[in-house]
Amino acid sequence: MKQSISFKLNHELVSVNVNGEESLLTVIRTYLDKTGTKYGCGLGDCGACTILIDNKPQRSCMILVEDVAGKEILTIEGLSSNGSLHPIQKSFIAHDALQCGFCTPGMIMNAYGLLIGDPNPTREKIISGMEENLCRCGSYNRIVDAIQTAAKEMNKKIKL
Amino acid sequence: MKPDKITELHFDHVDKPISSDRRNFLKKLGGGIIVVFSIGELSLLKSWGQNTSEDLLNFNAYLRVKEDGRVDCYTGKIEMGQGVTTSLAQVLAEELEVSVYSIDMIMGDTELCPYDAGTWGSLTTRFTDPVLRAAAAEAREILIDLAAEHFGVSDEMLDVINGTVFVKNDPSKNITYAALTKGKKIVQTLTKKPELKKPKDFKIIGKPVISLDAEAKVTGTAKYSGDIKLPGMVYATVVRPKVFGSKKLQVDSSKLSEFEGVELVEDGNLVAVVHQDPEIANKAANKVKITWEEPVAKADNETIFQFLDKNIKENKVFEEEGNLKAGRDVSETLIEANYFDGYKAHASIETHSATCYFQDDKLTMWASSQTPFGTREQLAKTFDMPLEKVHLKQIFIGGGFGGKIYNQQAIEAAKIAKFSSKPVQLVWSRREEFMYDRFRTAALIKTVSGVDSNGKLKLWEFDIYCAGTRGTKLFYGIPNNRTRIFNDDNVHPFGTGAWRAPGNNSTTFARESHIETTAFATGIDALEFRLDNLKNENMSATLKLAAETFGWERKKQEGHGYGIALGEDAGTTVAIIAEVHVDRTTGKVQPIRVVCAQDMGQLVNPHGAKLQTEGGITMGLGYALYEDIAFNGGRMESRNFKNYEIARFSNTPKIECVFIDNMDSKPQGGGEPAIICVGGAIANAVFDACGARVNRMPVTPQRILEALRHG
Repeated sequence: MKQSISFKLNHELVSVNVNGEESLLTVIRTYLDKTGTKYGCGLGDCGACTILIDNKPQRSCMILVEDVAGKEILTIEGLSSNGSLHPIQKSFIAHDALQCGFCTPGMIMNAYGLLIGDPNPTREKIISGMEENLCRCGSYNRIVDAIQTAAKEMNKKIKL
Repeated sequence: MKPDKITELHFDHVDKPISSDRRNFLKKLGGGIIVVFSIGELSLLKSWGQNTSEDLLNFNAYLRVKEDGRVDCYTGKIEMGQGVTTSLAQVLAEELEVSVYSIDMIMGDTELCPYDAGTWGSLTTRFTDPVLRAAAAEAREILIDLAAEHFGVSDEMLDVINGTVFVKNDPSKNITYAALTKGKKIVQTLTKKPELKKPKDFKIIGKPVISLDAEAKVTGTAKYSGDIKLPGMVYATVVRPKVFGSKKLQVDSSKLSEFEGVELVEDGNLVAVVHQDPEIANKAANKVKITWEEPVAKADNETIFQFLDKNIKENKVFEEEGNLKAGRDVSETLIEANYFDGYKAHASIETHSATCYFQDDKLTMWASSQTPFGTREQLAKTFDMPLEKVHLKQIFIGGGFGGKIYNQQAIEAAKIAKFSSKPVQLVWSRREEFMYDRFRTAALIKTVSGVDSNGKLKLWEFDIYCAGTRGTKLFYGIPNNRTRIFNDDNVHPFGTGAWRAPGNNSTTFARESHIETTAFATGIDALEFRLDNLKNENMSATLKLAAETFGWERKKQEGHGYGIALGEDAGTTVAIIAEVHVDRTTGKVQPIRVVCAQDMGQLVNPHGAKLQTEGGITMGLGYALYEDIAFNGGRMESRNFKNYEIARFSNTPKIECVFIDNMDSKPQGGGEPAIICVGGAIANAVFDACGARVNRMPVTPQRILEALRHG
């Protein structure tokens, strides 16, 4: 049975007509055309599909769409505001913390979730918080550097 | 003899007439200043191993200076994360005298870009650079001629800075490329050998430039083959057997009636279900029952090495010098060992994907492929269509590493689209990826070394099973040596193919482990032993740079070990020194630090070279410590990232990359070389740390503990 499910996607209310058992990843990519979130394994092992649900990083391939009714979802497309890149995005560019770019949206969203939960993480905390996100091109060290730089930038902004 | 420097390139047949089909091609490109020629005109590239002589004569556009002052750069290469979007833009910008940020890369589009056999073998910088530089230098000369006409002065009176032509001594007289190009369409073939810049005059080549495609990738706007959405498109799921190589006997699709709107596609061994919702296609495909005839398993991941040894007898001598018996006689110590390396997956985070549609009699496709032109040929052949009726479009590739040159998914997607008469998207699941990836072959290497009482190597016997000879030409001076290759491509239980520096990982692991074992037997320090026995000066210099950067003499902490490995790949010499910590009770290895020194000739983008080196080392750590395809015949037991571990954040050590300063020479390969030394350096560092000599990749805790038990 099709049902209408509503939630906030990148600050806007959206409704989809679905069975409810579809994965959030499928709904975001196929029904809502936000293809920045990637399919990497469909098993929650790689983190390419990471998005934020109510500010917590989650694997969208493992979440049923009926479980996000009324919640706030943020994908990579919703991260920059008013045409200006988010500090994490800027920092990923500055550190060139990517190669093929396929894991990058998931990395950035996981990092954002991590920094919302802990604005001043140590290097060790960043590593353990990012551990389940995989990058085959081998940008791990640069990603950690980028997250450290972004944390500093974000904290500066909060103080102002 | 091949010229050693780009500036020594020479050209012939430079003024071929333009034929009518070529004029049609040019119409597609629009206005501006377009430089065209065939690679055949570049004499150096006649020996370009990967293209056929016909390809070399293909007439191609290489760049177009547009009326808005931006420049389109055309190349048949693709971007899969290796950074050529940036490095190719750099060489073009250098010769054209424009900002690197004014260049748009048009890549891998089979209707617009020059033919290219494939993006592999770390060839892009080595072979595309000279062509683009020549085209850009030619375009610069055309623009200067136009400016000379505009100002009524001679070419010598003019200078270009950042896309603007100035009259020397009167900079108030200036005109931009955009203004010079306005309203014009000038198609220029090469008329003479273009004047290329000397390295001392470089402003952009050799400078670090951040990846030009980074912004598209951090905002999620970069498009990959699975991100294309077409009107009326359906998603396909292929019904797969459990065992690789199974043959379809019978299909029962009666349960499909439970799903509204699904369609069954059956074309020979290919059975698929399509639906406009990918999850319904997937669920429905699971309900299609196929009876398969499964091949009998002949080997598993433990017995495979014996199997290869037993079944491959034919061999060829690759290199031979001196006399092996004499080598044995003069050696004081003989050391014999076998080295083993399992199958490895490419494991790109993007699985094989393709989106395509037929319109009239033409097929258009976006595919995650390292070989768009090869895909075009495969598709044309599959459907018996002319090449020009197949169009592969530009798209980002989410990692390749040699795995995306076979294009099975592209053919499947096109067959399904043809059958269903609908636009189709096919994205392989991770499980399909772990079955239809063309894995790097397992390898066995039998090695004998002999060393005299002065610590000089006198004998080297190297029998390679299934790893190829790439990079195995001896750079150690050993008077009596023989390298043989034993191979049979049909012996493997599933598809195999190229994997970042094919085979050179296995052979370098074997050679460098054995050199270290030999050094240890003589009691000579591993660094000193190598320097004493190397015959290649470049290699010695590279090793010294690595040792200096690493601090080879530094005191080791408790439980830590250092390991060296040397290798050669794609024209680049590599020396890696790794430091690891080994927990003797658990066998767990923690990589601490990796130093990599390389001589890769001219560094076009030193920053990009560093990224590639770091990436190769990180990927290599996975292969050295964790990655091993588990299988029983064609039944894959490694099916996802839980049972095929790759390197992660926590096991990536500090990585330092240093390069020999060699700007005056040709650029060499950068994408692959570093990875070849990781296995050997890690195995040697583990031995140094705890005394466990593990002759089999990956060096797992279990193998370390076993080696410690058996001494």
